[in-house]
Amino acid sequence: MSQLTPEKAQAYWSRTSGLMWTMLAIWFFFGFVVHLFAPQLNGIRILGFPLGFYMAAQGSLIAFVVSLFWFARKQNDIDEEFGVAEEE
Amino acid sequence: MANNSQSGGGFINNLGKIYGLYTGGFAGFVIFLAILEQMGVSNQVIGYLFVFLTIGVYALIGIISRTAEMGEYYVAGRRVPALYNGMATGSDWMSAASFIGMAGSLYLLGYDGLAFVLGWTGGYLLVSILLAPYLRKFGQYTVPDFLGARYGGNLARFCGVIVLISASFTYVTAQIFGVGIIASRFLGISFELAVFVGLAGILVCSMLGGMRAVTWTQVAQYIILIIAYLIPVVILSAKVTGVPIPQLMYGQALEKIEVIEKTLGVVKGHTAAFSNAQGVMNFTDGLNFFALIFCLMVGTAALPHILMRYFTTPSVREARQSVAWSLFFIFLLYFTAPSYAAFAKLEVYQNVIGQQITALPGWVQSWGAIGLVGACDAANADTIYALCKGVKGNADGILQLNEFRIHTDAIVLATPEIAGLPYVIAGLVAAGGLAAALSTADGLLLAIANALSHDIYYRMVDPHAPTARRLIISRVLLIVVAIAAAYVASLKPSTILAMVSWAFSIAASGLFPALVMGIWWKRTSNTGAVAGMIAGYGVCLYYLITTQFYGAPLWFGVRNISCGLFGIPAAFIVTYVVSLMTAAPSKEMQDFIDSIRVPAGDVKLARTEDAISH
Repeated sequence: MSQLTPEKAQAYWSRTSGLMWTMLAIWFFFGFVVHLFAPQLNGIRILGFPLGFYMAAQGSLIAFVVSLFWFARKQNDIDEEFGVAEEE
Repeated sequence: MANNSQSGGGFINNLGKIYGLYTGGFAGFVIFLAILEQMGVSNQVIGYLFVFLTIGVYALIGIISRTAEMGEYYVAGRRVPALYNGMATGSDWMSAASFIGMAGSLYLLGYDGLAFVLGWTGGYLLVSILLAPYLRKFGQYTVPDFLGARYGGNLARFCGVIVLISASFTYVTAQIFGVGIIASRFLGISFELAVFVGLAGILVCSMLGGMRAVTWTQVAQYIILIIAYLIPVVILSAKVTGVPIPQLMYGQALEKIEVIEKTLGVVKGHTAAFSNAQGVMNFTDGLNFFALIFCLMVGTAALPHILMRYFTTPSVREARQSVAWSLFFIFLLYFTAPSYAAFAKLEVYQNVIGQQITALPGWVQSWGAIGLVGACDAANADTIYALCKGVKGNADGILQLNEFRIHTDAIVLATPEIAGLPYVIAGLVAAGGLAAALSTADGLLLAIANALSHDIYYRMVDPHAPTARRLIISRVLLIVVAIAAAYVASLKPSTILAMVSWAFSIAASGLFPALVMGIWWKRTSNTGAVAGMIAGYGVCLYYLITTQFYGAPLWFGVRNISCGLFGIPAAFIVTYVVSLMTAAPSKEMQDFIDSIRVPAGDVKLARTEDAISH
């Protein structure tokens, strides 16, 4: 397998860290920020659901699941770009 | 991955077929019992068949998967595909509290209860982005292994074991308690006996085959628990709304609930956010909502029985995919739970409250008889309904809202009857609850026994112990821990549910900062990490114990279930400050960190006082 030069290793880690911060932002937004507005969102109704309630009961959960699959693919792309993915 | 043994490879390649057949067989079994019921077989016999046949299947998987190899015993040979590891993690994760208790909490708490739904799912983002891939690359057997390798030896490892055991033992006690409740209810045997019946089931699964047996049993348990959870509420939704998709249709129920709440004069609405019992929105309730979410999420990413599941995938890439699958399988149950709560509330508002006492639906009486529901209109109602103790009814022959009591467990358990389904579905729900409790207990017991046998005995007491002896020690410890937990559970400690939530805060404060900073900040020093673990664990326990048992005032009104809100930052700050005050980690250690940050290549272990050799 290929050894990374120090420069490439650093570039790899900064890309990985960048993705990490993006994901943390998604986590923070759907875990906390959106629910701060629950009382206001509850004024909007979709299919009978008050929107603030819906976000905490389903909306954020769907965002969590989708973002994790997206993350797994994205990080794998980075691994392959730098040639550090595992050989099967 | 190469080097699969012949039989192992054949098994892994045919997983889809094997579990497909298993699912079909289970469906056939349920239909067979339904036919038996129609032919007049008694409910008790059906309950027995459900409990013993499902436990028998788990035990059979445990016996087939027995092993005497270290790699198989501790990490299932590291060849569990992402999808199946996701299912196993799902049932490892979802406990009796999720399966039976959560919908009931949502019924009672409304919006506030959604903190559990959010907290117990969002934590998987932290698992995937911060920890699991790197721990998988590290590639040893336990979470304390990582602390030992990263922080120079046995002191850090020992601190990790202490936190692990404090968090996991209370948790496993609650699971065994749950097994006892379900088994005693459906078998009609005493609680104490039921605890030990459940214990036998848990031990046969995990003792012979360790992680390998637990993995394949947990996949089987996931299939049963998700079927059992979805069927009753899907049918109820079809009956109430005409569409069998409860997750979409309970919006209608929420709308109706809101209208009825107005006529009944309920001040705190089901969907109202951040409000107190008087229905007034306020800061403290909002703060507690977010504090609980935060502690449960961070705790998710620090509970060793979950983290160790990602040691079993074939690669780092599959570890990441596996976390995504885990959350998907957990999501299926958690986004259904609020619909149970909404449909049950609608049923209560429409068909129970305001009815003549003599005209109450049948389920009120049958679940009241075993103390889960109370219709407390008459002055002597507590002679019929145990839950009515202390409730003053006005004896007008009509059930008012304040005369109605319901136990959280009743929501899921009574739904089959509310939906007018035959008893076989109630038995199915019991089998699902049992699967949820048993699978979580399996994972927790294994985490504790591995920490004791691998980290304490092998790493710290006798590093030259031969494989055979290590495996024997591990199995003996498993039995000892299980019996200790069963003994505590049989005492029925009253604070048991609170203790489960504490486990999250304890794990989050004690383990999360050391794990995350060990991977993401190279400057973290041995002393810093140990000081941080002690500080986080100490602050959290101090707040818990003083507020719970000595009546100390709450800080900013934060309930002690969320003590991690103070413990986690304390641990991060202490780790940071002490690390900067002490020497930076050696070049060797930095190379080690570099090597676990990259999926490919070897792990370059730094020499520590207990250098790892395999």
